[in-house]
Amino acid sequence: MDNLSVEHLTGIKDLTRQDIELIFKTADSFKEVINRPIKKVPSLRDITIANLFFENSTRTRLSFELAEKRLSADVINFSASSSSVKKGETLIDTVNNILAMKVDMVVMRHPNPGAAKFLSERIGAKVVNAGDGTHEHPTQALLDAFSIRERLGSVEGKKVVIIGDILHSRVALSNIYCLQKLGAEVMVCGPTTLIPKYIHELGVKVEHNLRAALEWCDVANMLRIQLERQEIKYFPSLREYSMQFGLNKEILDSLSKEIIVMHPGPINRGVEITSDVADSKQSVILQQVENGVAIRMAVIYLLASKIDRQ
Amino acid sequence: MEKQIILNTRHFELTLNRLCYELIETHTDFSNTVLIGLQPRGINVVARLKTQLETILKKEILCGNLDITFYRDDFRRREKSIIPSTTNIDFVIENKNVVLVDDVLYTGRTIRSGLDALLAFGRPKKVELLTLIDRRFQRDLPIQADYIGKAIDTLQSERVSVEWKEIEGEDKIVLYTPENNG
Repeated sequence: MDNLSVEHLTGIKDLTRQDIELIFKTADSFKEVINRPIKKVPSLRDITIANLFFENSTRTRLSFELAEKRLSADVINFSASSSSVKKGETLIDTVNNILAMKVDMVVMRHPNPGAAKFLSERIGAKVVNAGDGTHEHPTQALLDAFSIRERLGSVEGKKVVIIGDILHSRVALSNIYCLQKLGAEVMVCGPTTLIPKYIHELGVKVEHNLRAALEWCDVANMLRIQLERQEIKYFPSLREYSMQFGLNKEILDSLSKEIIVMHPGPINRGVEITSDVADSKQSVILQQVENGVAIRMAVIYLLASKIDRQ
Repeated sequence: MEKQIILNTRHFELTLNRLCYELIETHTDFSNTVLIGLQPRGINVVARLKTQLETILKKEILCGNLDITFYRDDFRRREKSIIPSTTNIDFVIENKNVVLVDDVLYTGRTIRSGLDALLAFGRPKKVELLTLIDRRFQRDLPIQADYIGKAIDTLQSERVSVEWKEIEGEDKIVLYTPENNG
């Protein structure tokens, strides 16, 4: 097994466990590369990658761009706020115009669920989903699982709770698929209004009590409340949410074992997580960011190896 | 597949011994010299040289492994992805004499990648090349070894396999020739 089973990375749902393990093994090597004095390898010298961001992003866009540059690919950036999308151009037209400039791979973030899959079925270039609405965010899930593997030795048999706005979170869905494929047990925790109605059908546990969830788990992945995606009020106030579902040092220290705290960022300090927890030894938030570059290098490298040479 | 032994166990040992003394001739006490084995098979040569050199010189020899996967020039030109091995160089190579070590020198492309990969770790004072087997007159690039175990004449269709006691059960070097080779 030394090639991915997929042609594009649109979601974790399409990957096999072998695919995920191959990505991790490759990422191990890239993690070593990005800690060298010269953090760059020439593998993708003849590849051009377009980063299309139809939705705001800081971390993911920078992380992808850095990963591409460290592989020596040529990179072009595009963000919707400064483009012709505002003038009424369709997604396919925008992308085809970019592809006419001989682009080999597209990294796309889009507000509509399924946008990456839609694109991958219609264009010749490789597509990497960097988040499609409330659907999937595969590289985030990969780097989360990679960080758990790094800290705990493996993902198999570990208990992971995802806490917060599950309803609007693409990170939650991708994480559930990824962790389950690697043999971990997953629980979701949050206010009833922010837990999707049929989520138990994915084989995850549901818990509404933060303390009970934390006592059960080895790893807690705290999610941000996505106010920009909420058209209605799902809970009375942020302060009340924080009282019931916010992770603070007091709860963390009172647990019977030491757990790992993760957060995909951006953090709303004082809402879902307090500063002293975010900056504590149990937090792996900054390691997640470092691993993100290695994981994205691995994904791009493995997909690029499948590009036909003209 | 026809099999022909190029070096048997006895000669294998003698050759490694001679290479050690050739290295000592140039680098005397190895005070500023390091050995770097190219993954995947060069690291076996380094492991053996290290043991023998340390017995002779009675001091520690700095050794490392270098993976060249990401520096290869055949990325996307082969059917399968190239899966990396580990790199392990836990010392500074800046201003050191570096001896790159591989088991078989053939087209020279691996060494070309190895030189590129090495430069990501700094600027060595001098780089030399040691190979157990030199398949001479088969080079694609202008690269020659400084220390050679044995130089042999081969055809492109032939394959040289360096086998190790630790892995294959016996120290020997075998040349495989396809049956229908005219």
